[in-house]
Amino acid sequence: MKLNRRLFIGTGAAATATLAAPTVFAAGHGKPRVVVVGGGAGGATAARYIAKDSKGEIDVMLIEPSRMYYTCFFSNLYIGGVKEIDDLGHSYGTLAASGVNVVHDWAVGVDRDAKTVALAGGGSVPYDKLILSPGIDFVDGAVEGWDLSAQNAMPHAYKGGSQTELLKAKIAAMPEGGIFAMVAPPNPFRCPPGPYERVSMVAHYLKANNPTAKIIVADPKDKFSKMALFQEGWGAHYNGMIDWIGSDFGGGNVSVDPNAMTVTIDGEVTKVDACNVIPAMKAGRIAELAGVTDGNWAPVNAVDMSTKADADVYVLGDASEQGDMPKSGFSANSQAKVCANAVRGALTGSKVFPAKFSNTCWSLLDTDDGVKVGATYEATDEKIAKVDGFISATGESAELRKATYEESEGWYAGITADMFG
Amino acid sequence: MKGRLFRSLPAALVAFLAASAVWAEEIGDAEAGAQVFKKCTGCHQVGKDAVDKVGPHLNGIFGRAAAAHADYRYSDSMVRAGNDGMIWTAETLDAYLENPRALVSKTRMSFRGLKDPADRANILAYLRSFSDNPSDFPEAEPTALATDHDIDPAILALEGDPEYGEYLASECLTCHRSDGTSDGIPSITLWPTGDFVVAMHAYKRKLRPHPVMQMMAGRLNDEEIAALAAYFKDLE
Ligand SMILES: Cc1cc2nc3c(=O)[nH]c(=O)nc-3n(C[C@H](O)[C@H](O)[C@H](O)COP(=O)(O)OP(=O)(O)OC[C@H]3O[C@@H](n4cnc5c(N)ncnc54)[C@H](O)[C@@H]3O)c2cc1C
Ligand code: HEC
Ligand code: HEC
Repeated sequence: MKLNRRLFIGTGAAATATLAAPTVFAAGHGKPRVVVVGGGAGGATAARYIAKDSKGEIDVMLIEPSRMYYTCFFSNLYIGGVKEIDDLGHSYGTLAASGVNVVHDWAVGVDRDAKTVALAGGGSVPYDKLILSPGIDFVDGAVEGWDLSAQNAMPHAYKGGSQTELLKAKIAAMPEGGIFAMVAPPNPFRCPPGPYERVSMVAHYLKANNPTAKIIVADPKDKFSKMALFQEGWGAHYNGMIDWIGSDFGGGNVSVDPNAMTVTIDGEVTKVDACNVIPAMKAGRIAELAGVTDGNWAPVNAVDMSTKADADVYVLGDASEQGDMPKSGFSANSQAKVCANAVRGALTGSKVFPAKFSNTCWSLLDTDDGVKVGATYEATDEKIAKVDGFISATGESAELRKATYEESEGWYAGITADMFG
Repeated sequence: MKGRLFRSLPAALVAFLAASAVWAEEIGDAEAGAQVFKKCTGCHQVGKDAVDKVGPHLNGIFGRAAAAHADYRYSDSMVRAGNDGMIWTAETLDAYLENPRALVSKTRMSFRGLKDPADRANILAYLRSFSDNPSDFPEAEPTALATDHDIDPAILALEGDPEYGEYLASECLTCHRSDGTSDGIPSITLWPTGDFVVAMHAYKRKLRPHPVMQMMAGRLNDEEIAALAAYFKDLE
């Protein structure tokens, strides 16, 4: 951990105290304690790396309500019928084996002065360093007519597990020639290519099972990630099935009626058979409760993912506002390793290496037709800044697209092994 | 220029060639190449009636994708390179012949490589005369430049810091498996450090085609590559 950076963020008493503390810092209670909230792409990785690399020198507790983590990544492939739901589930058992104390509960509050996290099940746990990786929640009132109570009629399927299954069931139950509608989110949001990969996979499913069905996408944006690749793929595989309505054509002027199952786009009412509302997003609520957010997200320092608000509280993944990285599982995993290295250094004096980040996001357009986009990043004083990047080209050979898809399967196996051991 | 490549090039290019003495010298000599090719004939045929033997026949190799013979069983590594879009050009052939494993790590071609750039230039000039349609060769491609791809021995001799390697490796393990499993993405554990280092440098120099790996290797310096090689060498 670098002192100079601490100096200029060190406004509060907590930061000053840390400055004066010796390298091995455990506030006079033996082993240093790290509490991680949220066992997803960011949190599980951070917990595992700190436990693994500190070899017992640090107590690592992971607070996560679910017993199984269902990945959002590849959930579109489940909707398309390419993967089974069981392929997406990962148990926390292996993390316990790597020395992480996994507590299945919700964190409901953070007292940053006392340095404790309150649990829904009662009681609170103390920390020296707190890492929050709670993912996303939705902005209230983002889509007129929709709130969380409508998520059964019109699922978001933007958190893993049951919502994904519900959306798939609704698509399967569509009548012949029925209409599937998606309300796409505004920037910034989790997984920029996610909604469009989903459109591809819904089309893939419908083409095989309900070929006269139609897809309407109401989008508040006028462009999106890998747009040229998606549009080329939609034309090649699902010609005439997908009607994407961007902001120029009123795609941002949307309301829904979950009871009547209607979607109104720029004044035009359409009765739909399945509807996927993906509202605007913000940091998972616990980040706000901890008081480390500014607006919808938690601003962090790029060198170590510590928050601008508190040097002992870190935010990873989707909930963070870090600069140029997209909100993805790959990014969260990458940030977690930089953070783990810095936290371990701060608590045990182990060597802290320079921050390095990277991301690659694959999307499946149709069977064996995969594309990808990726970049590397570095920490600057101001933000996580992009260094270099690439994107698949339109018109690539079928062999290359198949190899790209196979690579994404390799990556899925790789990142889940990296998160859970 | 007798016996050399490009004897029948358009007048303008011939004039350019003549004007550029250095370049002219770097073009291989096909006759000399025929002699060097004897090192290959145990496995490869070329010319009329050539067929696949231990190695695939080499007619029309320039401009062809790697692993393009449908009936020949290539190594997985070579097939992957072909799928990634690797095309046999003067540059890729030169790199492959110099050190086959630098370009295609698990290639089945058990051949140590031709260390002398002149031998490689000559052999390429020779192979280039066995194309169905030589006029299709991209004119702009200066054939058989005697490029030196070899990694400086000082770089190969660098002792990597495994602790730094472990940190850097965490970035690789989002895709590559620490247990050495390879499905979709190749295994990189337990490699001899030399093979690892030359492979990473081949990505860094963009001789190997893959965009992810070109990007990942592109920002690593020599010490970092050595550190990664040192870490992955013993990872089980
Ligand atoms: C359809 C879709 C497709 C996607 N595809 C890809 C892809 O191909 N590649 C890719 O890299 N990314 C993809 N993503 C994005 C990826 O899923 C997220 O970016 C990633 O999961 C973010 O990690 P995280 O740690 O920030 O949050 P999450 O992985 O969501 O983890 C948050 C965890 O915190 C827990 N939690 C929340 N609040 C509390 C609390 N108060 N107390 C305790 N626990 C709490 C939750 O239960 C959850 O397990 C996709 C997303 C979607 C929706
Ligand atoms: C010991 C046998 C052997 C020798 C000697 C050998 N090769 Fe090969 N070569 C192979 C094999 C086997 C392959 C297929 C490699 C693979 O699939 O990884 C191959 C592949 C190639 C390829 C790629 C072909 C394709 O279709 O993609 C080229 C080019 C090549 N060799 C050139 C040469 C040249 C030139 C020489 C002599 C300097 C040579 N080889 C020496 C066995 C050999
Ligand atoms: C985003 C996923 C991803 C990341 C991250 C990644 N790799 Fe790779 N790597 C691949 C893929 C895919 C290939 C196959 C490339 C090809 O076809 O040439 C590969 C190939 C390789 C190879 C050659 C293997 C062979 O058999 O030819 C080496 C060596 C390698 N990677 C090392 C690394 C190192 C070291 C890192 C970390 C600095 C790293 N990779 C990070 C995806 C990745």
